[in-house]
Amino acid sequence: MRLIVENLACRRAGRRIFTGLSFALEPGEGLMVTGRNGAGKSSLLAMLAGRLKPDAGAIRAEGIGEATLAECLHVVGHRDGLKSALTAAENLEFARDLLGDPAEEPGAALAAMGLPHVARLPVGYLSAGQRRRVALARLLVCRRPLWLLDEPTAALDLASQGVLAAMMGRHRAEGGLVVAATHQALGLEDARELRIGPAAPETAPVEDWA
Amino acid sequence: MIRAFSALLARDLKLAARVGGSGALSLVFFLMIVVLVPFALGPDLNLLSRIGPAILWLAAVLATLIGLDRLFQSDEEDGSLDLMTGAAVPLEAVVLAKVLASWLTTGLPLALASPLFGLLVALSPKAMAATALTLALGTPALAFIGAVGAALTATIRRGGLILAIIVLPLMIPTLIFGVSAAEAALGGTVPLATPLTVLAALSLIAAVVGTLAAAAALRWSE
Repeated sequence: MRLIVENLACRRAGRRIFTGLSFALEPGEGLMVTGRNGAGKSSLLAMLAGRLKPDAGAIRAEGIGEATLAECLHVVGHRDGLKSALTAAENLEFARDLLGDPAEEPGAALAAMGLPHVARLPVGYLSAGQRRRVALARLLVCRRPLWLLDEPTAALDLASQGVLAAMMGRHRAEGGLVVAATHQALGLEDARELRIGPAAPETAPVEDWA
Repeated sequence: MIRAFSALLARDLKLAARVGGSGALSLVFFLMIVVLVPFALGPDLNLLSRIGPAILWLAAVLATLIGLDRLFQSDEEDGSLDLMTGAAVPLEAVVLAKVLASWLTTGLPLALASPLFGLLVALSPKAMAATALTLALGTPALAFIGAVGAALTATIRRGGLILAIIVLPLMIPTLIFGVSAAEAALGGTVPLATPLTVLAALSLIAAVVGTLAAAAALRWSE
């Protein structure tokens, strides 16, 4: 698939976060979204995921047939979408059935993330890094062309960061897209970088008191 | 489509059964209210059996509110809702599956347990059967109306009170026809079929309008 973003603007709680953001991603490309805290990295990912309405501009996807963009992407962010009362395997089985297009078995995906022993453990017992790895295992249980990752390496140890880099490399080699908001190098080879700057100053409406 | 729907249903039923689920809690709350009423009114069996169906219905309406605020909020907080917007099914189907699961764990047990609780308010066997029937037909309406409020307050922390204030006035028609159907069964001026069909119609309307409205509320939450 191709992802085209044109002139995107974001407004939250009445305040302009960014304006005039444009980029296009070809199959196999990766994009690192950088910027200071509060620059709108997570908001950009939320817009791509369809959870936030753009203030202006358009997001288009080509080559996905009749599916909507939201049905073609994986989101892994700060809120991991895991239920503490369910086991890691149950969480992944649910994600696979909900999202459709199954790829790897939950057990195999957990093993790939180095967590084969937690499959039958409720997620509530896991550490922050282990939870993050279970959420990342979701990327493997169903096949979707666009990965949206919000600071994917937060709470991850060095070995897991390597595993994630290899996963992203494989995904891109198969023609997938990766958009990652990050402050650190992710091991995304020859990825493009999009730096979100401050929004252009808004021309305040002129108030005429005369 | 069916697979995603049944996965959602199975997950919510599983969560209700695990620690922190609210399934049994609303049944206990139902019992509490029904137990309190005879203490407040005194041992006047004629009075109790006359207002019994109304007490059971009031208790059912209040018990529906227990755990309702967590219906979408828990998924909003941990990001599961983001997962569901990207599901292979439309958000309406997600809402339908979640409300169905919540009715199966709160509304249906209430209807099934109501004959037993009817003993506490001196209902005759016929009145018990009538109340159970009306609750079985009417609680789906309560669940779907409640879902709209739950979707509206999903992003509000401690939105339980606001939820009750939004939702309770909308439950009044269901309450009226539920109680009048139960009383019509005990002999009255209207035949039983009239309020009962209205009650069933309210449930069907609530199922359609509630599903669409709750999905729209979830989409616009940001």
